[in-house]
Amino acid sequence: MKEIFVLAEHRRGELRDITFELLSLGRKLAEKLDGNLVSAVLGFGVKDFTDKVARYAEQVLVVEDEKLKEFNSEAYQKVLTNILEERKPFLILLGHTSYGMELAPSLSTALNIPLTTDCIGLDFKDGKLQVIRQMYGGKVNAEVSFSEAESYMVTVRSGAFPVEEPKITSGKIIVVPSHLTEEDLAPKRFVEYIEEAKGEVDITSADIIVSVGRGIKDAKNIPLVEGLAKALGGVLASTRPIVDKGWLPKDRQVGLSGKTVKPKLYIAVGVSGSFQHLAGIKGSGILIAINKDPKAPIFRVADYGIVDDLFKVVPVLKEKIIELKQKI
Amino acid sequence: MNIIVCVKHVPDTAEAEVVIDNSGKDIKKENLVFDINEWDNYALEEALLLKEKHGGMVTVLTVGSEAANETLRKCLAKGADEAFRLDDEAFKRSDGYVIAKILYSAIKNMKYDLILTGVQASDDGYAQVGVTLAEMLGIQHASMVKKVEVKNGFVRVHRELEGGLEEVVEVKLPAVLTIQTGINEPRYVSIAGIRRAARKEIKVLGLAELGLKKEEVGEAGSPTRLERLFVPEATKKTEILTGDPSTVATKLSEILKEKGVLG
Repeated sequence: MKEIFVLAEHRRGELRDITFELLSLGRKLAEKLDGNLVSAVLGFGVKDFTDKVARYAEQVLVVEDEKLKEFNSEAYQKVLTNILEERKPFLILLGHTSYGMELAPSLSTALNIPLTTDCIGLDFKDGKLQVIRQMYGGKVNAEVSFSEAESYMVTVRSGAFPVEEPKITSGKIIVVPSHLTEEDLAPKRFVEYIEEAKGEVDITSADIIVSVGRGIKDAKNIPLVEGLAKALGGVLASTRPIVDKGWLPKDRQVGLSGKTVKPKLYIAVGVSGSFQHLAGIKGSGILIAINKDPKAPIFRVADYGIVDDLFKVVPVLKEKIIELKQKI
Repeated sequence: MNIIVCVKHVPDTAEAEVVIDNSGKDIKKENLVFDINEWDNYALEEALLLKEKHGGMVTVLTVGSEAANETLRKCLAKGADEAFRLDDEAFKRSDGYVIAKILYSAIKNMKYDLILTGVQASDDGYAQVGVTLAEMLGIQHASMVKKVEVKNGFVRVHRELEGGLEEVVEVKLPAVLTIQTGINEPRYVSIAGIRRAARKEIKVLGLAELGLKKEEVGEAGSPTRLERLFVPEATKKTEILTGDPSTVATKLSEILKEKGVLG
């Protein structure tokens, strides 16, 4: 029987959303293949969430060891190599996350398993695995196939697959020894977490956000967009490149590695709409995009779009809004 | 401290329109501007900063055709000491795994303490090559790195996690680090640097020099294959407002008023 294998991801005592996305996807694929879903939880003190995982999977492999308390790709690779070499699952699913990206390429290479990363679609075509992934910052999708192998490994993009209600009441929990020694951890050690410093503005509580992206071209142009935010009574936020360049502080960054926001109104100015950015605005009310590239990914998710030069549109828009607000 | 930096020459598509070509497996590249991959530019800068602090050599490697010389020259002009271009007709259509294998073939005989590369390339976005390369070389790695401190036989790095969180990890040297954007401020190329770089030789290594066989590279050697490209579907029906700036601004502000978001 074919086996789909999902690596559960958790941090600081909580299963991460990607775990349920992977389990839901794995469940569907297992049913299509008439196979089994197996999930592995590696950690220390993880009993609480193995039950949650067992509601999706026929089998949950639990590896408890103090050396697995924090994620460490070196330790994970040692443990998973043993498990995967024995079970030889047909498909191994990991998140395309900071953990999955640290682990999947080396694990697949060590096991000689074909890997493709950052997938947003998975299906079987004539019984063969075929995946969809994005290229060029999400501007095009690519259909990717694999050369014939016993097992395949795929990392899956966060938020690309929905979380479904579990169907299994309780899968079988199997305790697996880690076989880890202190020496195994010597080459790579987790030291600590560092939280982001609190900024002066909390964009996560704002009702109106105007966000600026690469299209702004220069730091000196940012006040133009900030002016629009002020006219609307909202706050200014940005994409990653703006923060990377040091034009705005990190607490203004919206996206996977920054803040998740849920305003009533989100206006994206000169923002192309990378998936990392879009992941941070999923729960927004009205989404408006102003961008000169009609094919920018942001226009695939926006409610309203203006395809034009932001330097021409934003100043007039600001004036119109001030005018209208005075009449209200 | 000897540092190897793996870079890629990529089309800049952040602000450009991307069009799929007739083969259906690639995009039209004639009108695109090529440059060093943004992530790799940060990796190069980090290597140059470490060289300034600890001494040593910075060697730049790329897998690419002659056009990639432009990116290698740029790296030399910024301060890299030597450059290699790994190029062979047989390398075409290699996937991320095979690109790592080609780099491995060149690097396995070199002396190094650290290998830096970008987290991913802006074109295919695998985020796979650096970590795969580390496994092939049998050395440690850390990905998505936002801070690097070299200590005695170790490197202490900050890895970027989700939601603004970072983790501090210590990794034994030699190691591969994949560098995240924003870690530093990449320098600009100076005129003196360009002159200096112009005199330097770019060494080209092919299949035979790297000890590789035709069937283990390119499409034949790649465990994954790109079948076709297509334009993603919209998940929402976007209403595009048309007209001159004044017209669209009026339309949009009326919509905002109607929706009650103007207060």
